Amino acid sequence: MSVNYGSKRVVVGAHYGLRDWLAQRVTAALMALFTIVLLAQVLLTSGPVGYDKWAGIFSAQWMKALTFSVIIALFYHVWVGIRDIWMDYVQPVGLRLSLHVFSIVWLVACAGWAIQVLWRL
Amino acid sequence: MTELASSKRTKRPEFRNINALTDLPTYRLPIAGIVSILHRISGVIMFLLMPFIIWMFDKSVSSEISFAKFTSALNSGIGFVPGWFIKLVILALIWAYLHHSIAGLRHLWMDARHAVSKEFGKSSAAFTIALSVGLTLILAAKLFGLY
Repeated sequence: MSVNYGSKRVVVGAHYGLRDWLAQRVTAALMALFTIVLLAQVLLTSGPVGYDKWAGIFSAQWMKALTFSVIIALFYHVWVGIRDIWMDYVQPVGLRLSLHVFSIVWLVACAGWAIQVLWRL
Repeated sequence: MTELASSKRTKRPEFRNINALTDLPTYRLPIAGIVSILHRISGVIMFLLMPFIIWMFDKSVSSEISFAKFTSALNSGIGFVPGWFIKLVILALIWAYLHHSIAGLRHLWMDARHAVSKEFGKSSAAFTIALSVGLTLILAAKLFGLY
């Protein structure tokens, strides 16, 4: 990396470490596991899946805890991925910073809404 | 002179400062590259449609009334949006999810097994596209009530 202090300091980077790379893979594995757990519950029920069965899957406390973790994992995973896209294709710092802010607000709002729906079940 | 620098090799086109309109249509992306850019595109689709995904989750689990509203939105539309259009958006999400997760598992496999040969990159990319498109077609038939 070139000059990274004073007025040339990069304000919207990824810090180029192992952490986000690893986090993206660990969260992906968790979401893959969640997909299998959810699919298994949908496919192993007998008969058509109506409201009772569908809502019943998510109202079990362990499933709520797992879904909650997956929402947080998803949030972080998407942040790393979307930020990579902005860093690759958007060079002007002001625009990139605005897109980063938009992404964070978008993701936090979505995560909040999803958790609200989950927790009032 | 090494072989790389010898003049016998044909001049290959060089791409710098790629223009989306003049360079991209003639650029022959390898299949692993196609999987890679589709990985990004599918990710962006799901990122932008996230409120719609949560809306579906909300409607389908919150109450029996909202569940009925959700199924009727799929069958006969909601507001000015027809049902087939909602199903089409859901189908796009199904493809995006399938492609993104299979391509992601491919990455995990490559990381874990150090499987980074050119041949494996090509064959696993072809496998990713075949499986994601195949499953999407099967689920499309289900979604639009063909079976």
